[in-house]
Amino acid sequence: MKESKIWFIRGMKAGIPIGLGYFAVAFTLGIAARGAGLTALQSGFMSAAMLASAGEFAAINAIASGAGYMEMAVTELVVNLRYLLMSGALSQKVRRDKPFIHRFLMAYGVTDEIFAVSMGVEGKLHPFYLYGAVSTAAPGWVAGTVMGVLLGMIMPHRVMSAMSVALYGMFLAVVIPPSKSSKIIAGVVGISMAASAVFAYLPVAGALSDGVRIIILTVLVSGMAALLFPVGGKEEKKNEA
Amino acid sequence: MKPDANMSLLVMAATIYLVRALPLTLLRKEINNSFIRSFLFYVPYVSLSVMTFPAILSSTDSFWSGLSGFLVAAVIAWVDGNLFRVSIGACLAVFLTESIVLLFTGTL
Repeated sequence: MKESKIWFIRGMKAGIPIGLGYFAVAFTLGIAARGAGLTALQSGFMSAAMLASAGEFAAINAIASGAGYMEMAVTELVVNLRYLLMSGALSQKVRRDKPFIHRFLMAYGVTDEIFAVSMGVEGKLHPFYLYGAVSTAAPGWVAGTVMGVLLGMIMPHRVMSAMSVALYGMFLAVVIPPSKSSKIIAGVVGISMAASAVFAYLPVAGALSDGVRIIILTVLVSGMAALLFPVGGKEEKKNEA
Repeated sequence: MKPDANMSLLVMAATIYLVRALPLTLLRKEINNSFIRSFLFYVPYVSLSVMTFPAILSSTDSFWSGLSGFLVAAVIAWVDGNLFRVSIGACLAVFLTESIVLLFTGTL
């Protein structure tokens, strides 16, 4: 079997749980989209084109509040700024022997979750792994949004509440296993969560939006960790995250 | 002029795409600077941790169910590590906790 096909199938498998979690989150997104006056078709288009949770909630708000185009662009820039860092990390992870065009295609699939599984791949990243993950995750996102618009009223609330932690569980499944073998990573994960909690509940910092908080802390904590514990050859090779 | 909804969606989708595409396409060469390499190495761990906590505690209908989802997910991730089992475990923990809380207090 061709190498790219093997990677694509591996990516598809990783994308399935993501797609299920996406479905639940997108469902609530669809309910909000309907509230803002978007049709099922528009909402489906939005989810297919943006593939971003916080970004789409912000988009719905912007449309509902009648914001101008410039304000919309700036809002999306701020809310999604973390993708700048993730895309930067991916730029070093992706295989260099593949045609340049792949980087433009991969950019579409840089979401928190697809980024998470892509960085979890051992060694360098084959573009087709990411495509495979997108192929099973994105349909869940789009379908969930459309279903939310159409059927938002009849879904039991208890089930929605339970499903809303699925994506967080996925993040934990990415950051915790490497923490077992590396005390430094374990420390970075612990400090990140503690700092995030402090920021969220602090009087002044608590007023920051989630997007801004994520980017500030990511830059601060990653920067500190890089200064104190520069990554040498070995650990980087092993985790290649 | 009130912005058109379809045009708004296009403008925002284009902005998001640019944020995602610029680093991937501009940082083509392997970065040799040790600090930047290390920085990018830590980015996924930090960003995912920051996004998870404490947001997970307020993602469900009650603090306690969010907390149980977090703890159960952390334990399964430590012991097992499988993405799918961690997620499903967290969902079940939330559902069970909310059922129990509802049973005893009648409200969440």
